[in-house]
Amino acid sequence: MVNLTVNGQAVQVPEGAPILSAAFASGTRVPTLCGIKGVSDIGACRVCVVEVEGCERLMAACNTPAEEGMAVRTDTPRVLEARRVNVQLMLSQHEVKCPTCVRNGNCVLQSLARELNVLDVPYAENATHQSWDASFPLIRDSAKCVRCLRCVQVCAKVQGCDVWDVKNRATRLDVDVRDGLPIQDAGCTLCGQCVTHCPTGALRERDDTDAVLAALADLDTVCVAQVAPAVRTSWGEGFGLEGTDASEGRLAATLGALGFDYVFDTNFAADMTIMEEGSEFLDRLGKRDAGAVLPMFTSCCPGWVRYVRLHRPDKLASLSSAKSPQQMFGALLKSYVAPKVGMTPPRSGADYQAGVREGAGIGIGLAEHPEGSGANDEAAVAAVAEGGVADEACDAAGKRVFCVSFMPCVAKKYEAAVEEMAREGEPDVDAVLTVRELQRLVRLMHVDPRRLDERAFDDPMDEGSGAAVIFGATGGVMEAALRSAYYLVAGQNPDPEAFSAVRGADGWRERTFDMDGTPVRVAVASGLANAAKLLDALDAGEVEYDFVEVMACPGGCAGGGGQPIHEACELAAERGAVLYGLDKQRATRFSHENPHVAMCYEDYLEAPLSHRAEELLHTDQATW
Amino acid sequence: MALMEVPRPAAARAVVDDVCGTLARRAQAGSMGMCPVELTDAFVTLCAAQSCGKCVPCRVGLAKMHGIMAALLDGAARPADLPTLERTARTAYASADCAIGYEAGAMVLRALEGFRDDFRSHADQGRCTGGPRDAVPCVAGCPAHVDIPGYVALVNAGRYDDAVRLIRKDNPFALACGLICEHPCELGCRRGVVDDAVNIRALKRYAVDHAPAMFEVSPDGAPAPASAPARHEATGKRIAVVGGGPAGLTAAYYLALMGHSPVVYEQREHLGGMMRYGIPAYRLPREELQREIDWLLAQGIEVRCGVRVPDDVALDKLRASHDAVYLAIGAHTEKALGLEGEGAEGVLSAVQMLRAIGDGRLHDFSGERIVVVGGGNVAMDVARTALRLGAEEVTVAYRRRIADMTAQAEEIEGAIAEGCVIRELAAPARIVTEGGHVAGLEVQPQVIGAFDRGRPKPCRADALAETIPCDRVLMAVGQGIDAAPFADGGVPVEWGRLAAGPFGEVPGMEGVFCGGDCATGPATVIRAIAAGKAAARNIDAHLGFAHRIEAGVDVPPAQASDRRPCGRSNAAERTAAARKHDFALMEMGLTGQEAAQESDRCLRCDHHGLGAFRGGRQQSW
Repeated sequence: MVNLTVNGQAVQVPEGAPILSAAFASGTRVPTLCGIKGVSDIGACRVCVVEVEGCERLMAACNTPAEEGMAVRTDTPRVLEARRVNVQLMLSQHEVKCPTCVRNGNCVLQSLARELNVLDVPYAENATHQSWDASFPLIRDSAKCVRCLRCVQVCAKVQGCDVWDVKNRATRLDVDVRDGLPIQDAGCTLCGQCVTHCPTGALRERDDTDAVLAALADLDTVCVAQVAPAVRTSWGEGFGLEGTDASEGRLAATLGALGFDYVFDTNFAADMTIMEEGSEFLDRLGKRDAGAVLPMFTSCCPGWVRYVRLHRPDKLASLSSAKSPQQMFGALLKSYVAPKVGMTPPRSGADYQAGVREGAGIGIGLAEHPEGSGANDEAAVAAVAEGGVADEACDAAGKRVFCVSFMPCVAKKYEAAVEEMAREGEPDVDAVLTVRELQRLVRLMHVDPRRLDERAFDDPMDEGSGAAVIFGATGGVMEAALRSAYYLVAGQNPDPEAFSAVRGADGWRERTFDMDGTPVRVAVASGLANAAKLLDALDAGEVEYDFVEVMACPGGCAGGGGQPIHEACELAAERGAVLYGLDKQRATRFSHENPHVAMCYEDYLEAPLSHRAEELLHTDQATW
Repeated sequence: MALMEVPRPAAARAVVDDVCGTLARRAQAGSMGMCPVELTDAFVTLCAAQSCGKCVPCRVGLAKMHGIMAALLDGAARPADLPTLERTARTAYASADCAIGYEAGAMVLRALEGFRDDFRSHADQGRCTGGPRDAVPCVAGCPAHVDIPGYVALVNAGRYDDAVRLIRKDNPFALACGLICEHPCELGCRRGVVDDAVNIRALKRYAVDHAPAMFEVSPDGAPAPASAPARHEATGKRIAVVGGGPAGLTAAYYLALMGHSPVVYEQREHLGGMMRYGIPAYRLPREELQREIDWLLAQGIEVRCGVRVPDDVALDKLRASHDAVYLAIGAHTEKALGLEGEGAEGVLSAVQMLRAIGDGRLHDFSGERIVVVGGGNVAMDVARTALRLGAEEVTVAYRRRIADMTAQAEEIEGAIAEGCVIRELAAPARIVTEGGHVAGLEVQPQVIGAFDRGRPKPCRADALAETIPCDRVLMAVGQGIDAAPFADGGVPVEWGRLAAGPFGEVPGMEGVFCGGDCATGPATVIRAIAAGKAAARNIDAHLGFAHRIEAGVDVPPAQASDRRPCGRSNAAERTAAARKHDFALMEMGLTGQEAAQESDRCLRCDHHGLGAFRGGRQQSW
């Protein structure tokens, strides 16, 4: 431990800890911009500079180690001047169009300018304007980039993908796709971690809210929402909803208030995934000697699937053929549930809440006059509309079913648009919105979730087991699969907590479980750099596994790239804990005990891995 | 009549001089990793600032060239801009009234020629050909990419064993390089922007001098000492390394760490190559070199000295009995000038002389007057060695000026301090003989003249030839490569060198690699080491492996420091009078006080700037 003072106050921090930690320990805020704890402390923005007694120049608090006897001051005129000038300089390279920026109100640069009382920028603006393919699910606006290089660091270090790089040198240093490649060819998995770690609006998801607004406004369209497990942990952030107030029931009510005719739970499909993927795993395990490919990798994370496709195609055969819950939901919705329920738009004018009608009206206006859409992306609207508004998609009553999934994920936008995820040109999932887009939609439609009463998800895709809800946390799919796999092997349920050892914060965990006499070696990885290490170790023969879960984002979907952005907070563990809490409250904690799942097999699919199940719920990712 | 003011230096003038001096240092230190277009643009802007503004091509042309290059750099260039830039530069060169303008034009023309790809990339793709890759200038400047800020920090922390471990990750010759490396790392040292480059080589020596345990070797069967680096599992692959110099031994060392079984074939009695047979002992004592080589061999290198390839073992046979072959035969043949009398008794080549000394056979030059022909480091080495062998007087005859010598400045100064006389602008014309023995060297006085290929060329002066009377002439005019026997064996030879592809592979000979002086021509020890390191990696890959070499050493974090200007500590030398009669080590190491201060001067570019970007330091290769 070293002892030092910050603004005269004595503090003690471990040896090697930066001055920033000492300031934090003393309760003093030191503003930062370019740093990400544990990932990047390159000292590029020079906003965190502080005065160190005896040093003529200012020191960056983020990457200067605290030393014994150091006297640090964080509030001198020199410090304030340097911070303000550096923020002004960054603003001069930044297209300052805050009102129309997706990060307005949640921008590090904006809040720094406010915090430092920056009232003018005495420099000429010279933001760069690189072109970008607006149809790609990830959007980069170079004019907003302040070259903090966080995206480069996160992509390289946390995700091992090296999509971003710096180009040019000196005063023209800029961020761009590696080697000047088009983003489509650069190995981007669409994990979205660069988005959630961007301090400004330089990186964001493609905005698909206009397409959803258009569907909501169309009286001949049945709008169906599905909500991924991890969305319920975070959706209330930003609406002043915390803890139990941001409940699943209030989320369902909010989506209903937006105008969705049916509000379903992706959890139902997560349970289906366990039935299919778990059965596939046991099938492969039984055929180990016959040459079945093991270990089997989970396939529900499209970022991970993209990673395998783009970076490790030799591993494609290891992926489970099971579709993700999002896509199983879409396929079952349109083939099984819609006819079963006899879905027609129940909305006559009288059923409308006034606010919804008004909001939907705005939506129509936007779709018809895309030049006025501001934050929305015209190409995206066109892309979604082209597939989604196909006439043949209409049911017997001439009504179209439009499936919107709410996901903590950017890559899900890609997954839903994969050709194999459509039948006869009709996509199973018509539009995918991130949690951030959900929040924007709620704001746009003037829905106030705080004033809504809780309601249940709609029958029959309303119920998910505890096993399904933990899909949103790293290790959750594995744990859920093991619970049901044990049942299938042993003929009786295990203790629901029997496999909780796969939970945890480490990026790569491994366990061996006794499945009624058969040892099963499993591993769980989250963060693609961890996954890459795991694959390397497998290739080198250093480890052997039977079943491996990989989630592209650190901490799984709870830390997903489509989640709300909180500066300097990694909330995956906290949100994951919410999911484990919900698991405990569920009527059943086993996917195979979900009554709707059982009914679905009884009515329609017959059994896991049946011919129809294979056709609807499985895919070959190699053909994507 | 008006009175004439006595000129006094104005205060502003002093500031201008200071700024220009700082700028010159900065230009020197900042030469790594710059965008060539940005550099050219900055240079033209500086030139424009010097313009008096009278003539059109300088006043307007330089500013326009700056404008075009700025547009290029901003990705806003129009297709016509590059040709316009070239025409403008040509016109400035051809028609500006004074040097400020026409030299600026010439500079841009040189840049357009030399950086054509970079200009094109900016014009066509709006981007630089490379990113800021050379983030740490010393590491980029070192051919072997030794982690210099890392070991300097370790020296600063008093962790000398770890410093040597870290050096050996990239360069097994920590000891030899601590004494004789030409330290290209120091050229781009960013400390030069503040005051002067860090004395990196002296800090390396300091680490080695204070890490005796790192040279311990266990007797066979005893547990490995702390100095032993990690070795990968044995692969059973045998690799023949032809030549036991720095390139060959480096390759053998890393191949051994990778788990292979290297066998070094050396035609001479001892290992070390030019480190033993070229560099005098007063710079690199034999027993010190041997200590380092013995340590290297203990890491699993087999040696066959006195075996000449291909005479004693044919190349085909080597290939048949090994999984790969590395040719690192160096450049050990002498060159001659073809002077009249060059075959006379008393004419000796530097290569012959230094080789004999390397095997412990010292000539006796007692009482002799000696003339050395040449102007490189070898000429200085033989001149100073001749003094130590008893020569009465030593004269170095060189056809250009001292300033044009390729020898390092400190070598020339050392030779002069020890009493060598340098006759510059004296071109050897013939060797005067008496009874078949050397009696003198006739030299033709020269004047330095016009530039040719970047350096001024000597021309015959309107003066009569002179004879420098002497008893012996030592020819130090370069070395060649004994390539013919390998050419006979099928190895392609270009320009007298063994031909190698970009990865050291010998074209058309599967599994045969070559590198070091024999592939590049005579160069430096650190270049040979870098070649050996690359050879180990490429041979390992050729054999289907991907072994990594790492040090497993944590580098202390950079501390808060202003790093205000502070002079560079140079290692002291024994006085000329004391050292010129023996072969004992000439240079004294830094004191502890100096080493502490010198290591503190390091700006830690591994931490500041882009050094910590992305993965940060290269932990393994």
